[in-house]
Amino acid sequence: MIHYYKFYCSRENLKGIRDFVTGVLRNYSLSEIEINQMVLAVDEVCSNLIIHSHQCNADDSIELSIRNQPGGVTFEIIDRAATYFDLNSYKSPDLKQIVKEGRNGGVGLMLVQKLMDKVEVEYNDSKSTWRLYKGIHRAAV
Amino acid sequence: MEISTLHEGQLSILSVNGDLDASSSILLDQAIEQTIAKGKRKLLIDCTKLNYISSAGLGVFMSHLQDFESTQTSLVLFGLSEKVFNVFQVLGLDQLLTIVVSEAEAKMSVNDSLL
Repeated sequence: MIHYYKFYCSRENLKGIRDFVTGVLRNYSLSEIEINQMVLAVDEVCSNLIIHSHQCNADDSIELSIRNQPGGVTFEIIDRAATYFDLNSYKSPDLKQIVKEGRNGGVGLMLVQKLMDKVEVEYNDSKSTWRLYKGIHRAAV
Repeated sequence: MEISTLHEGQLSILSVNGDLDASSSILLDQAIEQTIAKGKRKLLIDCTKLNYISSAGLGVFMSHLQDFESTQTSLVLFGLSEKVFNVFQVLGLDQLLTIVVSEAEAKMSVNDSLL
C-alpha cells in the first residue's frame, strides 16, 4: 500500500508531516523509538527542503509517499522545484567541532543517515527525489 | 510548543512542553538567552513534557555549550522520555551534555558542579 501526503513549504507544516508519518507507522508493530526515528528522518529531509530549497515559500509544495513492502518501508519525498544537492559529496560533520564553533545547525542529514538503512537522492530537471529506506522485520497489523 | 521559566536564586528551570523542531526551536534559544542575560549560571531544562526533538532543537543546546563552558554556566537536562533521549544518543550528544533522570538529580548536579 502507498500513502500520499502533500504539504506546502512552511515550517508550521512540519507537525502535520510528522502526524501523517506517525499515523501510517502505527499500522506496524513498532516501538515508540522506532516510529520516532523514522518520523525524525522524514522531518529532517522535509525541513531542509522547506528552508534551504524553498526559503519557506508557502506557495511551493512537496509530495511525500510512504510505501510498505516486504521487509521494510520506503519514504519518498519529491520536490519538483529543487536546488541541486550532491549527497555523495556530503561528509558528516564533527560534532565536537560544531560545538567548538558554537554552530546551531548542520547535523540534520547526519541524523538521517544514522537513522535510516539507505538514503539516496535522484535529481533530474529541477526535480529531486529523496528515498529513505528502513528495514522492518515485523508483519503489518 | 510552550516554555515556562522558573527562577530560584541562581537556578533557573526552563520547562519545555510540546515539539521542539525547526519551527519552534527559536523559542528555546530566546528563553536560554534571556535567562543567561539575567546572570543565571545554573540552568535546568525540564523535558518531562517534551514530546519531540529534531536537529534544530539539538542545535540550540550545541550552540550554547562553548559559551557555557567559558562562563562556567551549568546546563542539565532531566525528565527525557525514552524516544527523546534516544535522539541525543544517536547523535552522541548524551556524551557532551549532562542528562539525568529527575529534577532532584539535576539540582544536585548543578550544585555539585559549582561547589
